Amino acid sequence: MDQVLDLHQEDFDVTVEPGVTRKALNAYLRETGLWFPVDPGADASLCGMAATSASGTNAVRYGTMRENVLNLEVVMADGTVIHTAGKGRRPRKTSAGYNLTNLFVGSEGTLGIITKTTLRLYGVPEAMVSAVCSFPSVQAAVDSTVQILQAGVPIARIEFLDDVMIDACNRFSSLSYPVTPTLFLEFHGSEKSLEEQVSTTEEITQSNGGADFKWATDTEERNRLWKARHDAWYAALALQPGCKAYATDVCVPLSRLPQIIVETKEDLIQNKLTGPIAGHVGDGNFHCLVVLDPNDQEEQHRVHLFTERLARRALAMDGTCTGEHGVGLGKRALLCEEMGPMAIQVMQGLKDTLDPKNLMNPGKILLPAEL
Amino acid sequence: MSGRVLVGVKRVIDYAVKIRVKPDNSSVVTDGVKHSMNPFCEIAVEEAVKLKEKKLIKEVVAVSCGPQQAQETIRTALAMGADRGIHVQVAGKDYESMGPLQVSKIMAALAKKEDAQLVILGKQAIDDDCNQTGQMTAALLDWPQGTFASEVALEGDKIKVVREIDGGLETIRINTPAVITADLRLNTPRYATLPNIMKAKKKKIANMKPEDLGVDLTSRLEVLRVDEPPQREAGVKVETVEDLVGKLKDAGRV
Repeated sequence: MDQVLDLHQEDFDVTVEPGVTRKALNAYLRETGLWFPVDPGADASLCGMAATSASGTNAVRYGTMRENVLNLEVVMADGTVIHTAGKGRRPRKTSAGYNLTNLFVGSEGTLGIITKTTLRLYGVPEAMVSAVCSFPSVQAAVDSTVQILQAGVPIARIEFLDDVMIDACNRFSSLSYPVTPTLFLEFHGSEKSLEEQVSTTEEITQSNGGADFKWATDTEERNRLWKARHDAWYAALALQPGCKAYATDVCVPLSRLPQIIVETKEDLIQNKLTGPIAGHVGDGNFHCLVVLDPNDQEEQHRVHLFTERLARRALAMDGTCTGEHGVGLGKRALLCEEMGPMAIQVMQGLKDTLDPKNLMNPGKILLPAEL
Repeated sequence: MSGRVLVGVKRVIDYAVKIRVKPDNSSVVTDGVKHSMNPFCEIAVEEAVKLKEKKLIKEVVAVSCGPQQAQETIRTALAMGADRGIHVQVAGKDYESMGPLQVSKIMAALAKKEDAQLVILGKQAIDDDCNQTGQMTAALLDWPQGTFASEVALEGDKIKVVREIDGGLETIRINTPAVITADLRLNTPRYATLPNIMKAKKKKIANMKPEDLGVDLTSRLEVLRVDEPPQREAGVKVETVEDLVGKLKDAGRV
């Protein structure tokens, strides 16, 4: 089940089987001028990405799986096979019936098994520009982000690295970025539109105290500018050789981002934890890569409590306890706090109806009734 | 110098496809199988287009030899930036038996006809792995050749080519006109974008037959049999070095 089926170039859609990964699909599409932009870190299976509602670094422009799945073939718990938008159908929009497609997107395999997904494709960008800019504070970096979006710049990627992460990257890759909150930006478009996008963005960053605005068009130059962002995970691990890293994941409305990052950094210091921060700031989503010693039980416990406080901090700010990584087992209780008992009841009702024998990935997302 | 560069592009089975041998062992299955431009040909096109963008040459002409579908491959080259295409129509038994000798005769004839300054080809095709067409083309034209190129620099009426060889890198300087074959590290080919694919539809592809170029396609080779590589056998784990030596002796290896 690893075939790309039914590519419709003029309609910008393609249907794939579960064995097709996102890189394999983009390699298949390379001569068509089309691509599927959602890019979580791993070379993941596209049906798996649908099941987990995956997201990538360019969600700010292209959306997550929720916005890009047109239809699914799903095998239900009783063996029946359904097509969530009707067999073979792929209109770009519809108002026909309940939105079954997005019921299964993000259901983490608890309602049915996805065996085909029909995806929305995009044109490959004509040209790309990458840029980096340092800021005197987290607030300045996030203010710039908000203003860039408000200015209508169709920015493709806008990534935030805090000073601890920048310092880690400088050490790991022998770079010399100023050790201060930094934004990594990427623009897609035609040559003309890129000039305008970059110039508007540069003005905005300058007005917020941004310094060292560097940009590049050449592929090798762009990779060099973004090297810190690409190496972030490894740089975090290198801070304490032999340690593991635990990545947190919360998402809040943009306007609350400076506050949550500042409070989180204070929390880390107070609890003697090392947690460089990297985030998809255009979505209000950030990851704290907490570095810990796998043999130190006490530290692991402190990290666990820290992540719970972080999730609750995000919930208190009208956000979510998980922007990308999903609920699984670990965040079931937090999901209850986030949704409230009535919505959880509806979710449980759906689960009971569609999978009465609890065969599908039991125990995930919803706490068992006995707890 | 004419400023014209000829680039050969071959339509091959896509590199990601799992190859299957026909039950009669005569050849591999091609019906219904995804085909695309040979990856080394993509690198060749990219290099030619880069030279044009740097204004070092004036025109890039993409050439492909094959049946009707070869036009798709030419269109991809046009979408990457080639100016026009030439489709040399070869089909049926002639296409099945066509190899480097036949293609190099065609490329040599076209190079003369088009007054080419440079012929750039991929170093080899991923279906037959021959690595002969560039070399044969240069020989037929009596032109210098810079093969396995990982770097190409035009210097007036000469070309500096850095070649990937077994011992490392070799730098040579050759006269133009010349034949270059592209190796993996020469460049990273661009993706065709939708606007460029649209523009490419308007670019011209000339059709011709090998006879128009005075080329005889007769092959001196006959494929007898095609087989899959032998199945890889499981390894055997041994406990001690003595066991290892014993097993090697048993297998007649030592």
